[in-house]
Amino acid sequence: MKLQSKKIDAFTIIITIIMVLICFATIYPIWYTIVLSFNDAADAQLGGIYWWPREFSLESYSTVLTDDSILSSFIMSLIRTVVGTVTHVFFTAMTAYAFSKKKLIGRNFFLAIGTFTMFFNGGLIPFYLLLKNINLLNTFLVFIIPTMFNFFHLIIFTSFFKGVPESLEESAMIDGAHELRTFVQIILPLSMPVIATIALFQGVWHWNDFFWGIIFVNDEVLQPIATFLYRMIAESSSSQMKMNMPGGFTATAVNSQSIKLATMVIATAPIVFVYPFMQKYFVKGIMIGSVKG
Amino acid sequence: MKQIPLNNNKSLGKRIFRQRYLLFMALPAVVWMIVFNYIPMYGIIIAFKQYRIIKPISAAPWVGLAHFKELFSEGDFAMVMKNTLGMGFLRLFVGFPLPILFALFLNELGNIRFKKAVQTISYLPHFLSWVVLGGIMMNWLGDVGIFNEILLKLGIIDKARFFLAEPESFWGIVVISDIWKELGWGAIIYLAAMAGISPALYEAATVDGANRWHKMLHITLPSIMPTISILLILAISGILTTNFDQILVLRNAANQTASDVIDIFVYRVGFRMNRFSYAQAISLFKSVVALILLLGANQFSKKTQGHSLF
Repeated sequence: MKLQSKKIDAFTIIITIIMVLICFATIYPIWYTIVLSFNDAADAQLGGIYWWPREFSLESYSTVLTDDSILSSFIMSLIRTVVGTVTHVFFTAMTAYAFSKKKLIGRNFFLAIGTFTMFFNGGLIPFYLLLKNINLLNTFLVFIIPTMFNFFHLIIFTSFFKGVPESLEESAMIDGAHELRTFVQIILPLSMPVIATIALFQGVWHWNDFFWGIIFVNDEVLQPIATFLYRMIAESSSSQMKMNMPGGFTATAVNSQSIKLATMVIATAPIVFVYPFMQKYFVKGIMIGSVKG
Repeated sequence: MKQIPLNNNKSLGKRIFRQRYLLFMALPAVVWMIVFNYIPMYGIIIAFKQYRIIKPISAAPWVGLAHFKELFSEGDFAMVMKNTLGMGFLRLFVGFPLPILFALFLNELGNIRFKKAVQTISYLPHFLSWVVLGGIMMNWLGDVGIFNEILLKLGIIDKARFFLAEPESFWGIVVISDIWKELGWGAIIYLAAMAGISPALYEAATVDGANRWHKMLHITLPSIMPTISILLILAISGILTTNFDQILVLRNAANQTASDVIDIFVYRVGFRMNRFSYAQAISLFKSVVALILLLGANQFSKKTQGHSLF
């Protein structure tokens, strides 16, 4: 018995070391980016900064935070994320509740057409043409209406609702409440873990998505922060390639590098702040979803 | 629906009336699915037409399989397929097993707090945008980046390289950065499955003299096999689906011969060159292959393992 526990210890030590290395490899690139963004731009180009800013500077941040187009796209992203997430969660949960009732007329048919959408779709071009035909292109609503519903999320909601005791609903029904009312007043307040999970998934998608901002809107006012950042990075990537040729760095290149870093940190900050609060929920939510498969 | 006899219209009407609130909650999503999922499926037919954006789909002339013939005879298609499959197989053979290993090892840790901390940290990158990650990578892999700095110091290279401009490095960069981002998150579903294994199984094995390896191989792994099968079916059917956001951020003119994959090709040819019909042909090709792979893998898994999606 003693011999075995010694063996176990060696095994545990190896795994622990691997895990620490993985955590370091995960955290360090993020930390390094934050450090560089707080360092003086010209000094950072000299290299040699690994753990802590060498010449601390807030200049990049003050440039970013006073830039009107960055601020406006940040606000755009906030509005899009809040409105998009709230409508998505409510609409998908409401549908899931209705679809979870066996007596619903046409239920099997609705579930069948929903399941099919998870495995086959028309692709990007027909989807774009549809949005064009129904005049959603280049409007704020293009971020909201086509993303209001997701059948995979519906399945996660449905599995959760199955666990809600029926006696609760029945007592509400006896009191004369109809299904919509039961859903809003009884089911929703009991479903916080699954709501938080789906809200996190959808909220993160809205916040991080940059492709919709490229392809479905042109108006600069409608440009989310992730799209703004994408354009910034794509631009600096092509200029970086040009800089490979002799001639070296220009002052604007140095400057744009540090502004890019500061924008990246600002664009990520909301997620990093929300993440710890949501974490305990989504682990539970994933479990519920994975039971059903 | 089929159990309602036709001569029973009255009772159907009654049932509809009784369910009016329930139907009011269900039908908007049905309409939504028809509009946003099913109407675009009609748009697939432009792959067989000569569609121009200024006219409706119905006005475009039919051209049969002309776009497919052009596609399969052009050199672009071979390049796009090579890149898509190359990165797809790397993802399948390297990216798929790693989260399973990670979950198995994490499950062996006795210290709950340390385990929780590792989980919290390893899930985090999943929530970062590919734009931000792409920015970080350009910073790291750029010619004055930390990567070149270290390699130069160690004497592995004697001149700074701009890795993202090298086609031969591109697949590796994509696969490694994808693992970096999704390793922890990919393990979450296996950890959930492991949490459901009865402790009695492990206790019985200990009595029988099994060590940790035995338990991991003969209890933990078989218990998560159904989850692995299901995710493998999905991974196989997704072999042609690349991470669009990731490649869109990391691609550039210099690495195009290694970074042009189906999804990017559809976007580039369709939207940048306005060849919608031609781009839709390759998009349809991809959807059909994915569906066939899904049904095939599902059937195979059902026969050999007894686990299937449907």
